[in-house]
Amino acid sequence: MSKKIWIVLQQREGKLHRMSREAIAAGQQLASALGGTASAVLLSSDGAVAGDVLAYQLDEVLTASDAALADYTPGGYVGALGPAIGAEAPDYVLFPHTYQSVDYVPRLAQETGAALVPEAVSFEVSGEEVIWKRPVLTGKLQARVRVKGGGTVLATIQSGAFPADSAAAGSTQARSLTVGELVVDREILGVEQAGEDEVDLTKADIIVGVGRGVGGPEKLGPVEELARLIGGDIGASRPVIDNGWLPRDRQIGSSGQTVAPKLYLAVGISGAIQHQVGMKGSSCVVAINKDKTAPIFNIAKYGVIGDLHEIVPAINEVLAESQD
Amino acid sequence: MRIAVCIKQVPDVEERLEIADDGKWLDENEMKFVINESDQYALEEGLALAEKTGGEVVVLSLGPDRVQDALRKALALGASRAVHLADDAFDGGDAHATARALAAAIGREEFDLVLTGAQSDDAGYGSTGSMVAGMLGWPHAWLVMGFEVEDGGGSAKVTREMESGMNELFRVALPAVIEVQAGLNHPRYASLKGIMQAKRKPIDRPAPADLGLTGEDVGAAGSRLEILDVAFPESGAGAQLIEGDPAVAARTLIEKLRTEARVL
Repeated sequence: MSKKIWIVLQQREGKLHRMSREAIAAGQQLASALGGTASAVLLSSDGAVAGDVLAYQLDEVLTASDAALADYTPGGYVGALGPAIGAEAPDYVLFPHTYQSVDYVPRLAQETGAALVPEAVSFEVSGEEVIWKRPVLTGKLQARVRVKGGGTVLATIQSGAFPADSAAAGSTQARSLTVGELVVDREILGVEQAGEDEVDLTKADIIVGVGRGVGGPEKLGPVEELARLIGGDIGASRPVIDNGWLPRDRQIGSSGQTVAPKLYLAVGISGAIQHQVGMKGSSCVVAINKDKTAPIFNIAKYGVIGDLHEIVPAINEVLAESQD
Repeated sequence: MRIAVCIKQVPDVEERLEIADDGKWLDENEMKFVINESDQYALEEGLALAEKTGGEVVVLSLGPDRVQDALRKALALGASRAVHLADDAFDGGDAHATARALAAAIGREEFDLVLTGAQSDDAGYGSTGSMVAGMLGWPHAWLVMGFEVEDGGGSAKVTREMESGMNELFRVALPAVIEVQAGLNHPRYASLKGIMQAKRKPIDRPAPADLGLTGEDVGAAGSRLEILDVAFPESGAGAQLIEGDPAVAARTLIEKLRTEARVL
């Protein structure tokens, strides 16, 4: 039996979210591995099809439109998608693993009785079965998981796992889904800037990223010296910010800034996936960490294994020599 | 307000991780356990709100006997009592199965609000709290950076994190499940008095049947996901590792950055 795969795309004001294209790539690959078809699903107030979605190789573009879908709410999205999944019984429904998807997809799974694979980074198909890989223990390990029981499987696709430019082009047609009465469960009040974005790290050539391994704000001195000597800016992973060691405008990662310097020095950063999505576009990543199993080494070009409190001052000495 | 806070005890991910012989999970014998980071912030949020409104916090957790340490800690911080889903039948559950047990335990009482962390630092599903809300028929909000209770406890104004440094503001009706992101407050420390008082606070240990559930509804039996194995991510294809004496390693690194990568 041909498998039916849906990819629910995320858009805002008619613009497709970057990770939606990665989800299309994932859906196309799953369809070809299983022998099936991939269709995109778009939710909106007016049924408009964002940008170039019709120019992908897809079976159909399914649109669900209702005035209540003008703003995202979990009630509206679950109310629109749940009955559609029930009526058309897709085998797999993929979503970009965005903060919006993670907000409502668990609820959709609970409501429809579908299984949920959160934060998939890859899959392998053996026969009819799909084995998913997803990070656990903040990305320090990866688990291979399978779904028990039948019915629809929902999966959210982590950023960077399926390159957007690997999505195949083609042409397809739109079809509208029937949408019943929607119950909006949030009164939307607006959107605001999370913090004053004083520091713009996105244009930096060199960034020294500070992680929890540094140990405390009183130990930042040598790292700041390193940034000065090497001509870079200081950035940080989320735990450093949450602990108040550095201000929030230094945060790099999924809830901070996305950077792509030519050199990124990750100092005491283990490399949780949320951090990696914010810096993996760097041309050259150097990781300094005492734990050689830290995931940051997987995306590093150079890894120095050892105590950063010894290595950073040693690097500073080498850099200072050439400045004399 | 009567507030339920769901916490999870997780391995300390800052420690060295050892995979168990069967390859399915960590070797827990060697691990140190802590209260999941975002759950610590949920607990602080609940305790502060209970103090402000003259209410109480009931803390719930699912897991084996070791979880008692986490519950005692929560009681020492100010929760008035605890519910420990410790029965073996609850073990090994995914988000669905764990949510079913928690929702049933919460549903036995009247709560105005349920708080929990947005994601666990071990399984990392980020789904359990939202599923609990669905089972209770309540609204929820995931990745919450702050909230204010309004309207005499009838609703809450919520600030939720979005990507790229933006927050979304909205109002939900209470009761609701609010799943908080780490960093939204400053968790308190336990006082000596609190630690002493915690020893006398009750910990209820209901079995599935006490919650109107069977062993098939919860734990591994009630789960849709099965972990086949865990592994360290494949070691970096291109990473050149530099080990040894720090002074030599530093010189080697800078040399490579200058002549090989040419980024300096």
